[in-house]
Amino acid sequence: MTPVLTVEALRVEIPVKTGLLRPVRGVGLAIRAGETHGLVGESGSGKSLTALGIMGLLPARAHRSAAQLRLGEVDLLTLNERAMEDVRGDRVAMIFQEPMTSLNPAFTVGAQLTETLRRHRKVSRGEALARAGDMLARVGITSPRTRLAQYPHQLSGGLRQRVMIAMALLCEPKLLIADEPTTALDVTVQAQILRLLAELQRDMGLAILLITHDLSVVARVAQQVSVMYAGEIVETGEVADVFARPAHPYTRGLLSAVPVPGKVRRNEPLGTIAGVVPSLVGEIDGCSFRARCPSAHDACIRPPPVRSAGSSRNYRCHLPPDALEAQP
Amino acid sequence: MTDQVLQAPIVLPRRLRHGGFVLGAAIVGLVVVAALIGPALVPDDPFAQDLLKRLVPPMWMEGGSAAHILGTDQVGRDYLARLVYGARISLLIGLSTVIVSGLIGTTLGVAGGFFGGRVDDVVTFIITCRLAVPLILVALAVVSLVGSSLLVVVVTLGLLLWERFAVVARTTTAQVRNLDYVAAARAAGCSRGYILLREVLPNILNPLIVVATLEMALAILLEAALSFLGLGVPPPLPSWGLMIAEARDYMFFQAWVIVIPGLALLVFVLGINLLGDGLRDLLAPEGRA
Amino acid sequence: MLRFLIRRLALAFLVALTVLSLSFALTRLAGDLAVAIAGPSATAADVAAVRIAYGLDRPVLVQFADWAVRAAHGDFGHSFFFKEQVANLIADRLPITGTLGLTAIAIALAVALPLGILAAVKQNTWIDRLATSIALFGQAMPTFWFGLILMIGFGLKLGWLPISGTGSWRHYVMPGIVLAFTAIPALMRLTRSGMIEVLASDYIRTARAKGLRARTVVLRHALRNAAIPVVSIAAVQLGFMLGGSVVIEQVFALHGVGYLAWESISKNDYPVVQAVVLVLACIYVLLTLIADLLNAFLDPRLRTA
Repeated sequence: MTPVLTVEALRVEIPVKTGLLRPVRGVGLAIRAGETHGLVGESGSGKSLTALGIMGLLPARAHRSAAQLRLGEVDLLTLNERAMEDVRGDRVAMIFQEPMTSLNPAFTVGAQLTETLRRHRKVSRGEALARAGDMLARVGITSPRTRLAQYPHQLSGGLRQRVMIAMALLCEPKLLIADEPTTALDVTVQAQILRLLAELQRDMGLAILLITHDLSVVARVAQQVSVMYAGEIVETGEVADVFARPAHPYTRGLLSAVPVPGKVRRNEPLGTIAGVVPSLVGEIDGCSFRARCPSAHDACIRPPPVRSAGSSRNYRCHLPPDALEAQP
Repeated sequence: MTDQVLQAPIVLPRRLRHGGFVLGAAIVGLVVVAALIGPALVPDDPFAQDLLKRLVPPMWMEGGSAAHILGTDQVGRDYLARLVYGARISLLIGLSTVIVSGLIGTTLGVAGGFFGGRVDDVVTFIITCRLAVPLILVALAVVSLVGSSLLVVVVTLGLLLWERFAVVARTTTAQVRNLDYVAAARAAGCSRGYILLREVLPNILNPLIVVATLEMALAILLEAALSFLGLGVPPPLPSWGLMIAEARDYMFFQAWVIVIPGLALLVFVLGINLLGDGLRDLLAPEGRA
Repeated sequence: MLRFLIRRLALAFLVALTVLSLSFALTRLAGDLAVAIAGPSATAADVAAVRIAYGLDRPVLVQFADWAVRAAHGDFGHSFFFKEQVANLIADRLPITGTLGLTAIAIALAVALPLGILAAVKQNTWIDRLATSIALFGQAMPTFWFGLILMIGFGLKLGWLPISGTGSWRHYVMPGIVLAFTAIPALMRLTRSGMIEVLASDYIRTARAKGLRARTVVLRHALRNAAIPVVSIAAVQLGFMLGGSVVIEQVFALHGVGYLAWESISKNDYPVVQAVVLVLACIYVLLTLIADLLNAFLDPRLRTA
């Protein structure tokens, strides 16, 4: 079965005053239908730009290149802007982090919803409105008819995010890219939204690329995870496996910094990762994590190879998997 | 990080903006030089009439001569001499008006922005009233009633053109007043006057300088309009606006009589505006949105 | 919303009152108005007669109160020169100035909006620079000179348009263009900066992610928001235009309110001058009110707040 999304060696480059910024340096992903793939990393790792790169929504100055970028059978690299506009909103949809500002304040919720539908499907205004109402109900919004006539500023953050989800899924896309969808929301609302996404995925066989810096979110809803650092994927694999036996020093560092109830012993300090993310302007010599890695050694001046730690488990490091097992 | 990247500065515009500033400064500089030493360089008397040499065209046109590079006007006065002398008038009016209106506007604006509350309400009301009044009509009426002279024009325009100074002074003063270091100064017991002088004024100076250049351009244009309507600078002073009015009867046959002084106005005011825009870009701190 | 409206109306009333007083004081600037009216060749007896005839012998405050009360009823007195009711004079001339103003603002918007949008969408390209240059020239151009040049060019040399009077719509083209240029620079810059800001916002990113065509995103989503301040500023600009139309009306011999004012000023016809200043000020205040209402009407966030 062809994966819904196939990305290979995706690169994004942006000319800036001090040189050439490379926020995405060869990212590869594969997501199948019905699967949620978490893309994890700290701020500045290039996660959002990867998503924008897939969607073709990068700023004009940015330059995107990839060995492969396919949505199902469709090769996105060969599509011009007009063709890409047809694909967006229809076969792939994206929701963003800030629900408060992601909807146009000048138009009603109903207008913005029907607009998406009528752009990609031949439906009458009445029909579109009806479907929009149905979708609102499906994402858990009560009295949808009333909401359709309301303006975004009359809705709460959680409601607005539900509207965004409804808007994204109206045309039943194959892939949903969710860029930090719950970061700006309250914890309780977060849980609701995640549950909603999981439900909709089951119902629609949706593939989801979930971008987040929050490991607990990934643990909850994703089946696959890719860890991103300084523009590269440093580790990838099934969630349970990666979290139980992290192979890359960065992943280990991330996991040790997050307290897991039941696993953390009292009086044990939380782990930290010393240092800062390297500058992404120009080239990075060798391993990008080398300056902060507790296991760094001489070989790390050379770019690390992609090693395997099991079936569909890859990581980018000089050290073999068993070498890390021995470490505390 | 995405935001930083998406807003990463573009390398080009700085150079373009610099170009405008340089051009503006060059033009203004040229006019200032012309005004100051021009009359010494151009031998003709701008007031000397010679009815035998009426409406001689500029040198490059048919019938022109090197004796009068830009020709003569309808009573035989040398155009170049009048143009250069007119530069003095424009410059003088521009500067004096800006000083008067700048003082009035800044005082009002700083008072409103610094003290806030009732004082600010009064200041805003005054500004609104001034904006409601039709500027040119009032200026015309005043000059007509009091008599037209250079002094009257300057005072009238000065008393009328202060609103942008007031608005900008008010906004920036209010912003500065709310900054932390002003609060710190108050807490340390500094008097209001001291704060005004040492903290507020230096910080509002930059935007006010920019406003001053724009208001100067406006003052020059207004004086030209007033003189054109016959209620500005009195003849025979060669205000550029007056020159256009006087030449109006002949413009259909000899277009150059109005093109030349009009072009002088246009170029000078353009120069001032470019200078002002350039100053605004150069004085604004880097990185401010 | 209602409270806001009442406050604005009260403010408007106060401003009108202040301008009323100012315009009254204005005409008293010359010192003895009777001398000014009677003329340079009048004798003392003439001046005295004039003084009594025009009620100038009454105390100033009485004159002011009389003027104020009458003005509130629309009675602006009698013109010295035209031998007519001032109110009638103004009523006759106002439509011409009004037509001129509306034509000018329509032209200004028709030029400034597209230019501003294009400049914002194609920032730092030749079109952006062209738009900025147009704005710069528009700002530096002496209006009366521009009018004269257009007259020579289109009126005389090409013969396309009439150069004076008010016969047909053609008479308003050149004056309208000239007046429009007093507002185009500001409106274009406002459109441009507003569009640039809006185009960088999150909801535009959402619109693009939905797959909407670029033209839809710019003209429907972006413009709808960026245009709000532009429209209300345009209303205020119209106010300035109406107040400053005297120069253009004189150049093109359009007998509107500005022309009337200029004639009256030259002839010391003070009731007319007073009244025109007051009427124009009130129109300006009304237009700022309309600007606020437009703002509230176009921005749903203000409407339902």
